Amino acid sequence: MQRKRTLAQQDMLVGFALILPSFLIILGISLQPILSTLYLSLFEVPRGINLQNTFVGLGNYISLLSEPIFWATIGRTFYFTVISVGIELVLGLAIAQLIHAHPPGWQFLRTSLIIPWAVPTIVNGTMWRWIYNADYGALNGLLFQLGLIDKYIPWLTRPDMAMNLVILADIWHSVPFIALILQAALATLPPDLEEAASVDGATAIQYFWFIRLPLLRPAILVALIIRTVEAFRAFDLIYVITNGGPANGTVTISFLTYLEMFSFGHAGRGSALSFLISLFTLTLAFIYIRMLYRPEEKQ
Amino acid sequence: MKAIRSMLFVLIALVMLVSVVGCQPKQPTGPATIRVLTMEQAGPTVDEMNSIVAEFNKANPDIKVEIEYVAYDALHDKITTAMASNPPAYDVFLGDDIWYAEFAKSGYALDVTDRISKDMHDKIFPAAWDITTVSSKVYGMPWLLDEKYFFYNEELLKQAGFDAPPSTWEELLAQSKVLKDQGVVEYPMVWSWGQYEAAICDWVILLYGNGGSLVDDKGAPAFNSPVGIKTLSWMVQTIDDGYTNPASISYVEEDVRNVFSQGNAAFAVNWTYMYDLVNFNDKESKVTGKIKMALMPGFEGSGAQSASINGSMGFSVAATSPNPDAAWKYIEFLTSESIQNQYSAHLLPMWGTSYDGENLTKLEAYTPANAVTVPMFNEQFPFAHVRPKVAYYPEASKALQLALQEALTKQKTPEQALNDAAAKWVDLAK
Repeated sequence: MQRKRTLAQQDMLVGFALILPSFLIILGISLQPILSTLYLSLFEVPRGINLQNTFVGLGNYISLLSEPIFWATIGRTFYFTVISVGIELVLGLAIAQLIHAHPPGWQFLRTSLIIPWAVPTIVNGTMWRWIYNADYGALNGLLFQLGLIDKYIPWLTRPDMAMNLVILADIWHSVPFIALILQAALATLPPDLEEAASVDGATAIQYFWFIRLPLLRPAILVALIIRTVEAFRAFDLIYVITNGGPANGTVTISFLTYLEMFSFGHAGRGSALSFLISLFTLTLAFIYIRMLYRPEEKQ
Repeated sequence: MKAIRSMLFVLIALVMLVSVVGCQPKQPTGPATIRVLTMEQAGPTVDEMNSIVAEFNKANPDIKVEIEYVAYDALHDKITTAMASNPPAYDVFLGDDIWYAEFAKSGYALDVTDRISKDMHDKIFPAAWDITTVSSKVYGMPWLLDEKYFFYNEELLKQAGFDAPPSTWEELLAQSKVLKDQGVVEYPMVWSWGQYEAAICDWVILLYGNGGSLVDDKGAPAFNSPVGIKTLSWMVQTIDDGYTNPASISYVEEDVRNVFSQGNAAFAVNWTYMYDLVNFNDKESKVTGKIKMALMPGFEGSGAQSASINGSMGFSVAATSPNPDAAWKYIEFLTSESIQNQYSAHLLPMWGTSYDGENLTKLEAYTPANAVTVPMFNEQFPFAHVRPKVAYYPEASKALQLALQEALTKQKTPEQALNDAAAKWVDLAK
């Protein structure tokens, strides 16, 4: 007996068949690792060949959350994220508007803007480590020749200063990304809005604040999601420029995870940390996406 | 409908095929390939390592050697990560003596006790065998027999009116004061006190040179003793007084070499390799021919005439390597007496016989650097101290690095910082 399928059922089947490949890929490269990390985080995993894992339940999470180093690390991670993404957004928006105003040579500006962003982070980190070198780095050389300092400054030897300098390196690397996204968004705004606003007597500031910024909101949110998640997981710059020093002053959550997982061989604790990072970034993405889609809901 | 079903079928078949192919372990076919993980820092240069491979291939054309170089500070983590896969990403790796307790416990390094001939055993220094031996089992061939040395810039010292290097750290401070006051050099000393293993090495030199030690006879932490606190306070004070380059807090050995090579420091502590590069490489050094070595100073009244750090390393076969015999063949060749004698500019042999009679004369004549580094090695090595051989060393070391850095950056007093690190060591030993 031949079963009959309705048209809707057939459509659904085709739909499933079509999403199957991407579903398998997502399963393989994203869901499976997250789930196995979660699984591993419930065990104490000894380092070695043919060793048995011991189930510890939430033991890894409890011990991590009770350690002051964890909370100090979380604090530094938030500081890094908020300061770097905040400055990047303001600078990125300013540069995007500058390019959008099409000053002479704006195309050159736009192209050269890509360079810092195109440099791999590890190369970027190595470059800044050299720039910050106290004895033969470019930063001291430049400031000294400009007469701004009369003595070389030992950068990277105070925890707070080292953190801010790593943030500076991150800003240099990531501002172009935000600027390019926002510049592309600006280019799609209808030009007649500006004319209409000026006819209605709006000042430049009013136009920017009440018309341009709200229209840019989706693009800003996209840039923010990507950059916040990236900054929260920052590792390579820190690894190369300071190795977490001085005095753990630049140890962020990803660096701590790396130490636990790879240097100390605590795969269980490392997995717990990784899972906490995933959880946090997922929450963050969720909040951003809710914010992003709110205007459509109102309509 | 049929179309969809067959489409699904093809798709599933494809996915299965891909996963089966992907999981197939690589079968060794034809010539064996040995993948080697080592470092590009102290020791032979990449060119030297490549020409050793070329010589090896003359006798063993069927073994292909691929060498990968990383920085010392990435080496440990790369080894332990590579060993998590099967077959491992490397067949041969370079291990530091502080990791062998961990490698023995984890089973990462192949037990090669039975592959060591009596000849090898008798001719190689017992101190070298200590590197790769854990509980009387041998886990690799000793290779980089190294320690830190005391270097000074003779020209700068002469400018300040000194004919001889300091023999105690107190004397060094007195000379530093004159060097600084006369404006010969702004910061007379440069150290590798960054948050890396390098800081532990420098600390061991000063601590043992002051009559202290890292651990007591029972293996419990002893570095927070009054001597330990005094030594760390001394380090902080030299920065405050402007005798130590303040950037030392962020430096590793290569930074020390760069600063010293520019003539921006009168005194430095570094591994053997610096002597050749700083004196004979005018591309990288402005002070060629002006750098001398002396016995590492000790502190007055400490009872320690001198102290250094034993920073030796060894080559091991990965326990799960599919080609252990070919891997061992390469290691044997690389660490053989003749190769070690031939490539001794940046690495001194660990073969006792290399230092006997005619061999010693030859060894000293191999390179201009050897004429100085070989006798210096004999003089300094009896004072070299090893770090504790414990499986949790990387974590213990990080805790001590943090303590040194907290004191140097004045986040904590030396006493508080060292006590905290000692408590962590006690915790780890449980």
